[in-house]
Amino acid sequence: MQKQSIFQSKLLPYALVAPQLAIVLIFFYWPAAQAVLQSFLLQDAFGLSTSFVWFENYVELFKDPRYFEAVVRTFVFSFAIAFSSLSFALLLAVMADKPLRGGMVYRTLLIWPYAVAPPVVGVLWIFMLHPSLGVLSRYLRDLGIDWNPLLNGDQAALLIILAAAWKQVSYNFLFFLAGLQSIPKSVIEAAAIDGARPMRRFWTVIFPLLSPTIFFLLVVNIVYAFFDTFGIIDTMTRGGPGKATETLVYKVYTDGLLGGNLGSSAAQSVILMGIVIALTAIQFRFVERKVTY
Amino acid sequence: MVEHEGIQRYLAHAILWIGISVVAFPVYLAIVASTQDNAVIANGQMSLLPGGHFLQTYYQTIFVGTSGSTREPVGNMMLNSLVMALMIAVGKIAISIISAYAIVYFRFPFRMAMFWIIFITLMLPVEVRIYPTYKIVADLHLLDSYAGLSLPLIASATATLLFRQFFMTVPDELLEASRIDGAGPFRFFWDTLLPLSRTNMAALFVILFILGWNQYLWPLLITTRDDMQTIQIGIRKMITTTDALTEWPVVMATAVLAMLPPVFVVIAMQKLFVRGLVETEK
Amino acid sequence: MANVTLRNVHKTYPGGFEAIKGVDVDVGDGQFCVLVGPSGCGKSTLLRMVAGLETVTGGEIDIGGRVVNQIEPADRDIAMVFQNYALYPHMSVYNNMAYGLRNRGMAETEIKTRVEEAARILELAPMLERKPRQLSGGQRQRVAMGRAIVRQPKVFLFDEPLSNLDAKLRIAMRVEIRKLQRRLQTTSIYVTHDQLEAMTLADILVVMNGGRVEQIGNPLEIYQKPATTFVASFIGAPPMNLMPLRPDETKSRFAGDSRANGKAGILGIRPEDFVISHETIAGGVALDLTVEAIERVGAETFIYGARQHEEQGIAANPGDLPPGELIVRIPGAIAPAIGERIRAIAPREKLHLFSADGRTRLEA
Repeated sequence: MQKQSIFQSKLLPYALVAPQLAIVLIFFYWPAAQAVLQSFLLQDAFGLSTSFVWFENYVELFKDPRYFEAVVRTFVFSFAIAFSSLSFALLLAVMADKPLRGGMVYRTLLIWPYAVAPPVVGVLWIFMLHPSLGVLSRYLRDLGIDWNPLLNGDQAALLIILAAAWKQVSYNFLFFLAGLQSIPKSVIEAAAIDGARPMRRFWTVIFPLLSPTIFFLLVVNIVYAFFDTFGIIDTMTRGGPGKATETLVYKVYTDGLLGGNLGSSAAQSVILMGIVIALTAIQFRFVERKVTY
Repeated sequence: MVEHEGIQRYLAHAILWIGISVVAFPVYLAIVASTQDNAVIANGQMSLLPGGHFLQTYYQTIFVGTSGSTREPVGNMMLNSLVMALMIAVGKIAISIISAYAIVYFRFPFRMAMFWIIFITLMLPVEVRIYPTYKIVADLHLLDSYAGLSLPLIASATATLLFRQFFMTVPDELLEASRIDGAGPFRFFWDTLLPLSRTNMAALFVILFILGWNQYLWPLLITTRDDMQTIQIGIRKMITTTDALTEWPVVMATAVLAMLPPVFVVIAMQKLFVRGLVETEK
Repeated sequence: MANVTLRNVHKTYPGGFEAIKGVDVDVGDGQFCVLVGPSGCGKSTLLRMVAGLETVTGGEIDIGGRVVNQIEPADRDIAMVFQNYALYPHMSVYNNMAYGLRNRGMAETEIKTRVEEAARILELAPMLERKPRQLSGGQRQRVAMGRAIVRQPKVFLFDEPLSNLDAKLRIAMRVEIRKLQRRLQTTSIYVTHDQLEAMTLADILVVMNGGRVEQIGNPLEIYQKPATTFVASFIGAPPMNLMPLRPDETKSRFAGDSRANGKAGILGIRPEDFVISHETIAGGVALDLTVEAIERVGAETFIYGARQHEEQGIAANPGDLPPGELIVRIPGAIAPAIGERIRAIAPREKLHLFSADGRTRLEA
């Protein structure tokens, strides 16, 4: 855990950690503690008095069918985003892993969407699929589909999933490519000599060897879908129509800011913290993260 | 291998080009839209080829802003985003590298406690403690300030862990040779450790700059004044008003301008970017 | 120029592990002292204590008449060459050598003179502007040496400086180091686990084992009169043959040393002290062997043989040593065939006798 050779000094190390410690304590621990505390408090409608209500905020949440719906919706979104983005990225990575002319150019052309901010992603996609002026909506209507994500909740959800998956493809592609390149060529050649055709070789040799990368990316994608979709949802649908695209993070935001229900919002934050900690723990526990590049 | 010849290879090229088109199409559309007339777009009659309003739209976007909703020039928003992104990247690297230095190269009471205090922050993004953080920033009178925009986003351990990991791989003998050469803690840090960390710092800078530039929820909460808006917030405000009034060419030009710096960084510094991305996930 | 004296030096780590258990060594001015021993014997720790990289938990380290226990490495006036060279990867060869001098505030012109002089001696002059990664292993090693000599310190410390080089280069650099040290007349302490390196370099050889000094002396003396069975088997290759003796055997053969009387002991014979012969030898040892393996290395041949129970009668004088494997080293390439029976004899003056615990040398 530590070097054998070190410097001797009583005060210097404290001075060196002090800035980070101060920022972390003020802007991380204090608010996190406040969130936990607040989740046990109830404020009256005018914000005049607060009372300590133990787990009432949590109990209210669990009794609220809308919260339950948001939980289910968030997980459905997460898995849909992760699955579509991972499979598309894997297909592209397998292709790009072949010894093709211009391999690096393909990589460059596929990784840049990582740098596009979520709200921009939202704007790009709503523009493309806007019910009245979207370029693609024309074709959809020509196909006889009644396309209006601003009114139809399922279509809105689909739009969010597609946009979020689009942004995540580049990240997944990069890690898949790294994972594929770290598989020794000799293993694949051995499989070929053993008579496995390309497709069979992929499913019986390459895919299993890639499974640590896949699992790692799955967790990363779920965390991404939990948090980074906020910007996409906020510019595209604002959680609507109705509540059709309201995720857990979006609900924390609206309940706290627009609804002014800080106690409930804090309780939701604490539950979110629990989910993230659990996901991180799973990742640390099970993923052998030896993704090399 | 033999089967990489012929049809297999053409198929791979074809699939990759389809992938690239799918990925690039929404952005192409934005670029095209930013050069066309708003009335045509609003009618749903947009052409898929660039129009003639390029200079006019971008001039208006950067120096004037929309005529309706925000009226804030996007040039100013970009400046705010730039300052915020730089403060986050530089601030995080600076405080992280010195705290990692302390944790790796010194032995002192509560060393491990401090390491864990910093380490745990890795697990929770700012989103889950958003309102209490807002309250603290408000109490410190940091709303609508660059410090308020960047400080809470600096409070995380990724960079500290990265530098710690890197320092552990620096051979002990280098420190010993330095000590025999008469270098104390400051000299060793400045003359040896910092130059050796250059690549890591650059890779981290690329990632942090992109993440900083793309921040959304936090700036959305703590900026109230129009002149403190970042570009991401500006975009959202432009499409807040009813659709009929949205000035799509300006919105799309803003989107293009918002993408330009981070996308440029990814493409121009691809090696550092890839390295940073892979390293920060370890 | 300086003496280095270690007086009853101890090192106990915070966990309670005792790495050095009381070491006394005196290295005279300009001498080349080699610390040798198996890995984990504490030789590197001891060197690092002299350098000031490890604290001293007991005893005194004295450099040039000054106790340095509490003095920082930079102020001890020593220079060190590390096993992995520890060159600053981001600095040119010139700056690697100049760095320590700059930290001491030396004038840039003086630094230039010294670095160029060192570069000339070490034949590094054409590479002064290169970075370490552009150099070969041997060149890096020379830069590490250069960094030490520009300082003109009282003492050079070497921590296995040749172990990262290939065999051929190692021999060449070994000769270089010895020449350089003779020329500069700087007191040197050198750590190695290679007994050949130790024998060829040392003025004073310190053989260490388990945190203790087993024997100090000049290399030849140690080879000829090893103080313990550990030294006997560590110095010299292949190692000395060691065979246990029963009390009656010790008595009959080693009456000269009263300490041996009536006690079990250990008999040692170096492989090169055997001669293949059919004769017996008065006062010496004759052993009958079955040849099991043969290694021919050109100038000499190693014979691995097994002693045999049923042949005890023939071995006779002094009688039945217990069975076991023996190594015999003979000059030339003519050797017996595998499975052949041979007799190896050694004269009385080549026999080494140790107490049964191996800790004391007895006089035959």
